[in-house]
Amino acid sequence: MNLMPMWLSREEERILEGERGFAAQKAMEILVALGEIFSADRLIPVGSVQISGVSYKTIGKEGLEWLESLSDGKAVVPATLNPAGMDLERWKEMGIPEGFAEGQLRIVRAFQGMGIQPLCTCTPYLLGNLPRPGEHLAWSESSAVCFANSVLGAMTNREGGPSAIASALIGRTPRYGYHLPENRMPTLRVDAPLRLKESFEFSLLGYIIGREAKNRVPFIEGVRGHPISKDELKALSASLAASGSVALFHMEGITPEASKAKKSLKLLISRKEFETLRIESKDLEMAREKLSTASEDEVDLIAFGCPHASLEEVGRIARLLKGRRLRRGVRLWVFTSLGIRRAAERCGYVAPIEAAGGRVYADTCMVVAPLEEMGFQAVAVNSAKAAVYLSASNKPRVFLAPTAKCISLAISKMGSEG
Amino acid sequence: MNRIEGKKENDRKRGGIFIALRLKCRRISKGYAEGLALVSNMPISFFGMVDPKTGVVIDRSHDLYGKSLSGRILVFPYGRGSTVGSYVLYGLAKNKKAPAAIICLEAEPIVAVGAIMAGIPMVDRPECFEFRNMQRIAVNADDAEILVY
Repeated sequence: MNLMPMWLSREEERILEGERGFAAQKAMEILVALGEIFSADRLIPVGSVQISGVSYKTIGKEGLEWLESLSDGKAVVPATLNPAGMDLERWKEMGIPEGFAEGQLRIVRAFQGMGIQPLCTCTPYLLGNLPRPGEHLAWSESSAVCFANSVLGAMTNREGGPSAIASALIGRTPRYGYHLPENRMPTLRVDAPLRLKESFEFSLLGYIIGREAKNRVPFIEGVRGHPISKDELKALSASLAASGSVALFHMEGITPEASKAKKSLKLLISRKEFETLRIESKDLEMAREKLSTASEDEVDLIAFGCPHASLEEVGRIARLLKGRRLRRGVRLWVFTSLGIRRAAERCGYVAPIEAAGGRVYADTCMVVAPLEEMGFQAVAVNSAKAAVYLSASNKPRVFLAPTAKCISLAISKMGSEG
Repeated sequence: MNRIEGKKENDRKRGGIFIALRLKCRRISKGYAEGLALVSNMPISFFGMVDPKTGVVIDRSHDLYGKSLSGRILVFPYGRGSTVGSYVLYGLAKNKKAPAAIICLEAEPIVAVGAIMAGIPMVDRPECFEFRNMQRIAVNADDAEILVY
């Protein structure tokens, strides 16, 4: 228990008293309250901020009014956004209702007015925001937080939307949780002697570990890949954070803090203070079955990009769709960040997808877009995280399968319109 | 905790003199408010549990089901649930249906941030005391104290 309130500098106190305006004052109140709750000793500077609570579907009218009330706020560090409820440029084509679009655009304008960059993605690290190892951040989106902590060796807690906005306006965050080295050591050992071959399988692995780990720090041993790619680690981070609330994991031979973590693990094992979670390949198939609530025939939407697709992933989907056509009554959407879509266009990946009848959308994803309002019955996804989030809302239902299988559901048997 | 006596200008019923218990607590969200206590023994998830337009509890499984939070001094153990709960608290305040103040056993981020967004005075860790419905309470978050009349 903290016996002393968090230390504030003279400048921070002045902001708290209102000297920098309303938004900065509210921001400081939020950071101070969180510092109290988590017994932080002081605020520390952050290199960048990533803000959740952007989709009009998530925050609604109340959230919009809150953001508009912060109009005198100015971001003092680079800050980007989570996916919005629609492609900010192509929402009409997506079938987004006009009323929703109006609310969503007002939200983005409110953020932009504070100097926050209207780049709406859960993969800011693919769009130029590449944190250094050891850099302190204030990021919100759970898969990005897990990836930044684990794969990039940066240091961030899982912020809420308002606390991330607060950090953007002040440039600081309370020093607690994953900002402290002692909290980054493993608290669960995972023995997973598996040879995994694509992101889908890493996604299932993360789902299984996350469910057991909850908010602990797993140390994962035994996993082999071909070799393991950043896209596979992206998928693993996402489902770890979605099925549990894992914000940091270590993987032997892969993640930057793994050797330090292994030493700490050995100490705990020797003291028998340890739980080991063992995973076999049959566990992956069981997880897939558990998460699928729809049958193949019901699928009327195939949705890729949870987290947002990388350039390579868009390229792979393009290769699988080249020369094919979607079945009647089926849509196929690939969600990615604005920058990746533009790069994919240049690389010739978008044309074959669109020629097949699919679409590549930016700024949004299947979790925060109002899919229920758009009439879909069942979505095929290759991401356990997407399956977890979509299942929480009942409609539409979910079919979870590897990328190639999802695409086979989408295309007509004859290979032509039919 | 101590008993205090003082003069209260508008309190004609008692001839302007009051007696209250002063409880120490921890300030979470600034401000001052008075009202009648509404006490729950269950955690509260503002998202999904409360109608932001009316301020009425719509969750049948909750001990406050059917009650209106509007203008009350809301006392409960801790918040839980989705982070959208912070926005619900803000919405309640905008609709003028929010509690006048919040007292928690232990603050957590969703309710704390929501209270700050909404401008609702909030304190936690009150000195040990049995809060009861309809007690007249003043929450003085700025001075980190609760007065129970």
